[in-house]
Amino acid sequence: MPHDDHDHPHNSELSPIELRVRALESILVEKGYVDPAAVDAIIQTYETEIGPHRGARVVAKAWTDPAFADWLKRDASAAIASLGYTGRQGEHMVALFNTPYLHNMVVCTLCSCYPWPVLGLPPVWYKSPPYRARAVKEPRTVLAEFGVTLPEGKEVRVWDSTAEMRYLVIPERPAGTGGWSEEQLAAIVTRDSMIGTGVAGAPT
Amino acid sequence: MIGAQDLGGRDGFGPINPERDEPVFHAGWERRVLGFTVAMGASGAWTGDQNRHRRERLPQDFYWSANYYDIWLTALTQNLQERGMVTARDLEAGHAIDPPKPPPRVLKGEAVAATLAKGFPYIRESKATAAFAVGDAIRTIRNETPGHTRLPAYAMEKRGVIAAVRGVHVYPDSNGMGQGEDPRWLYTVRFTAAELWGHPSPDSVCLDLWEPYLVRA
Repeated sequence: MPHDDHDHPHNSELSPIELRVRALESILVEKGYVDPAAVDAIIQTYETEIGPHRGARVVAKAWTDPAFADWLKRDASAAIASLGYTGRQGEHMVALFNTPYLHNMVVCTLCSCYPWPVLGLPPVWYKSPPYRARAVKEPRTVLAEFGVTLPEGKEVRVWDSTAEMRYLVIPERPAGTGGWSEEQLAAIVTRDSMIGTGVAGAPT
Repeated sequence: MIGAQDLGGRDGFGPINPERDEPVFHAGWERRVLGFTVAMGASGAWTGDQNRHRRERLPQDFYWSANYYDIWLTALTQNLQERGMVTARDLEAGHAIDPPKPPPRVLKGEAVAATLAKGFPYIRESKATAAFAVGDAIRTIRNETPGHTRLPAYAMEKRGVIAAVRGVHVYPDSNGMGQGEDPRWLYTVRFTAAELWGHPSPDSVCLDLWEPYLVRA
């Protein structure tokens, strides 16, 4: 059903990729494959509702509630779902607890697998070749680029997300936060500390 | 396949350069690509594994340098063209010219919240017994199939230990080729960095690997 571009008055100002995106979206909508309201709802969900503040709440609860921490270790999908966080790219969750002897770090060398329901969409560096290539082979050099230096005696365990298991790192609780509330604690849990490229309480 | 996507352990990509206070999207068109890629993913026109296989067959120079949303856009366009759902004439016109070839389902706006919250679980009921248990020593196979696999090249023919048994999951080597789900046991396998990279190290790497990738060591 060809028609002119009366509804797209600014085509001449669009970049080549903007033109490709606009063309494909027009085709998908005109053919009835995609509901524009669904596209808007998906964007809205991942731009404004789902993000690392959710994972931070999981971590803060794990730090303050031993029963919840134990549940996370046994069945992370159910424990996280109890906070209302479920769904796409988080169907099969595993929580990785850092300890004084173990630092966990997550990567997807084959694509961009990432626990969307608790961290939102991944940052560009997580999806890009340098991190995907290097995280498994030289994790300590990678960590140094994020400003994290670990003692030699601590094992770095890298988790390559090759299946549909999705991993959330539970960082170590910083010293000196003894009397803090769950809300105060959640505020110092950074996104990178839940990927394992940072530690809690440090700037991203 | 050992395509451009199989990045683990490759050298020469330079520093990571994380962006401070990175926004969720860097341009309006990225938003749209996320939206209609996720919507089409829920349409049943192809599986998530077939989509990954479409992306990993993109040319290496493009895959290694493109904006990730352009990788999604390019693979989505090819997925649609391969199935006759979108034609070259449509793309040239920037509008629907040829008649539609509808997917099994269309995700409606009002169904988005429930669909995203439900997700697409990959675990399946099965009567098959697991061949391995936690603590078992295994060796991975060599598999240079031109088809889809989730056994990365860096972890082929390596010795590891079963760290967790994850249940029976959809098998990407079949599902990614449009040959059905063929669910298989999935394990988390821990490899020492010394085994993978050949130098002394206190570190380790865990991968999620399906039973056909593994043999008893």
